[in-house]
Amino acid sequence: MRTLIFRATAPYLTALMLLYSIFVLLRGHNEPGGGFIGGLIAASALAIYGIACGVSPVRRAIRYHPMAISGFGLFLGAIAGIFSLFAGVPYMTGLWVYPTVFGVELKLSTTLIFDIGVYLVVLGAITSIALALEEKERD
Amino acid sequence: MAAAERPAIDLADAFVMEAPALADWLIVAPLVIGFIFAALCLMTRKDTGRQPVIAIAGLVLILLSVAGLFVHVLANGTVVMAMGRWLPPFGIAFVADTLGATLALISGIVGLATGIYALREADNTERRYGFYPFLLMMLSGVICAFLTGDIFNLYVWFEVLLLGSFGLLILGSRRDQLDGATKYAFLNLIATTLFLIAVAYVYGLFGTLNMADIARKAAVMEEVGPRLTIAALFFFAFAMKAAAFPLNFWLPASYHTPRLAVGAVFAGLLTKVGVYALLRILLTIFPADRDDLAIAIAVVAAASMMLGALGALAQTDMRRVLGYLVISGIGIMLAGLALGSATGLSGTAFYTAHSMVIMTALYLLVGIVGAAAGTFDLHRAGGLYATAPWLAVVALILAFSASGLPPFSGLWPKIFLVKASIDVGAWWLAAAILLSGFLTTIALVRLFAFAFWRPANPDMRSMTLGEVPVARLGLPVLVGLCGLTVIAGLYPEPFIQVSDRIAFELMNPVGYIDAVYAPMPIQPAAAEGAVQ
Amino acid sequence: MEIAVAALTGLYFAVSIYLMLSRHIIRILLGTVTLSTGANLTIFAMGRITREVPPIIPAGHYLPADGAANALPQALVLTAIVIAFSLFAFLLVLVMRSYQELGTDDTYAMRDAEPEGEPLPPLGY
Repeated sequence: MRTLIFRATAPYLTALMLLYSIFVLLRGHNEPGGGFIGGLIAASALAIYGIACGVSPVRRAIRYHPMAISGFGLFLGAIAGIFSLFAGVPYMTGLWVYPTVFGVELKLSTTLIFDIGVYLVVLGAITSIALALEEKERD
Repeated sequence: MAAAERPAIDLADAFVMEAPALADWLIVAPLVIGFIFAALCLMTRKDTGRQPVIAIAGLVLILLSVAGLFVHVLANGTVVMAMGRWLPPFGIAFVADTLGATLALISGIVGLATGIYALREADNTERRYGFYPFLLMMLSGVICAFLTGDIFNLYVWFEVLLLGSFGLLILGSRRDQLDGATKYAFLNLIATTLFLIAVAYVYGLFGTLNMADIARKAAVMEEVGPRLTIAALFFFAFAMKAAAFPLNFWLPASYHTPRLAVGAVFAGLLTKVGVYALLRILLTIFPADRDDLAIAIAVVAAASMMLGALGALAQTDMRRVLGYLVISGIGIMLAGLALGSATGLSGTAFYTAHSMVIMTALYLLVGIVGAAAGTFDLHRAGGLYATAPWLAVVALILAFSASGLPPFSGLWPKIFLVKASIDVGAWWLAAAILLSGFLTTIALVRLFAFAFWRPANPDMRSMTLGEVPVARLGLPVLVGLCGLTVIAGLYPEPFIQVSDRIAFELMNPVGYIDAVYAPMPIQPAAAEGAVQ
Repeated sequence: MEIAVAALTGLYFAVSIYLMLSRHIIRILLGTVTLSTGANLTIFAMGRITREVPPIIPAGHYLPADGAANALPQALVLTAIVIAFSLFAFLLVLVMRSYQELGTDDTYAMRDAEPEGEPLPPLGY
């Protein structure tokens, strides 16, 4: 798989896919998309990078171990529900704020935090499996 | 999206409007704490020194929260929280009645006990591969399964605890572990898939997944056939999860292969989730179908008790003796479900709590015995009474308690169950309970006699407890668990009160339904469907 | 349409049971995957099958259009698929590892956890 063309284009492709995965994640609240599918796209981006350039560049690029990323996602998912404790509503109730930044109204919510958590869990878990399998193929 | 253009709507039709009481948050605390601490352990996976501290802190917090929930439920009755404000039956509701809260409390105790024991047993590789995250995940899965009031959500928690248990089971990846894990994984996966199919039929028949709502609709349903089919499918699936005869073979094939701490937490929690689900489904949701299935349940119960006890007698490996005893205990729990009377259910509730503590303690005990004697083989172990007299005392207490001998906690539930069986003339069930108790006594006292009482085998070097690393924390944990069984045996009054209350709530599901539907304003259409 | 889906579900269950009756782990694995697919189809059919109206609420409305598909079974199936997928991934790795370690995928030959011909427990002191 280590052809010159693939190796040269893979970083750009990976960057593009990561960007797209974030786009899919953010549009997920009212339109098709969301954390799960976004995480899958991001994980396949990293998998492509791993196939083209080897596993250790991927591990260096993401800095943290994939399982740690997935742990952080789990953490975000768990705390996303707690905000409702302070708002006096039952657990996991979606809470929204609409701050205006540079004249654009942003819709931020606890569901978004949860979705980012899902994104990271899927990204971490799938990347960890994919990298482990790719490593095995090299030996 | 101009909100002003829309007509005004009454949110109270779909949403819980009042803020939940602060104490009601205890019902989601095990979930939140479990997942946050599992996440923290995952994030610090390389830091094997700090990870156990985080994990123990999480287990302590879970225990505190379930203890608080238990006290809250005892004082104020069934606690309900509707996730995301959605009124039942639209959203997922968490419902803690006395049964759920009690089992959650015992699970918290079992989780903490094994977590402390594992501090000395799990090595750094196992910690890196996620011993503590899996333990926390499994524990919160188990507790949430006890607390959820939504049948599909129950399926999700079953899968969460199944994933956690898979992870724990294969840590170490020895040959026998892989073999045991394969059988465990396949049969449990098939059982949960059958459960899912039953859930699909429930949805098709009743159009709802909320347990209280299903119970309400099942009570007024005329046709018996479809309902009974669903109840039987649930019985099959959960009996497989609970390792009842003849679906028990995965349990003795797998429980002895992982670390003893893992075996202990499995024996204490996993099969009991199956028993809990049976109680909930067959008593709260489909009480009429339980009556139809009673004879089948009774036969399964008697067969499980006898097969478990006989299987325990035939084993040479101490760990496998315990695996069969778990099955025998499941049979005794199912006996109360088959009888369905207040006495019988009270006995089942008490026995389930007792068995969760005792089976965990027995596994931990065998862990220390195996480490001290250098073998799990009954042929070769011996002489531990001389090197570890206190361990011998603990072992004898546990053996008596597990067999149902006075003055320990196993006695009272068995009295209840035997009395309930004789009350309805099921003398054969009473005989099976007594005979399996007798066989269990033989199996466990033989274990005691060979491992402790007889002189040490000259070619085996048995160690004193000071030399056994797992004993340093394991013995205090065991003494604590033994203390519970002694207290419950000598002063059973409060325990019997709680069991009686569980039995009353199980026999009168109206209380459960009313608790879930309390926040709902009575609408004419809904009230028509809920004739009760 | 219901009849076709019901027949398909039945076919899935038949295939899965046939595969699970095999002695070979890999076939049992395929059987469990087929079983969970059958279960998902069952959920889908239990939500009543409608035609071609997605359960999306148009802008400015409170209710989905008439005859819209039931959204709940779709959510349930999605959850079940994700769970079944992750468990399948786990089982696949487990089967591969146990095949490498034990050298067989025949359940009759997998006797490491419960060895054949174990001696009886000691019958006397």
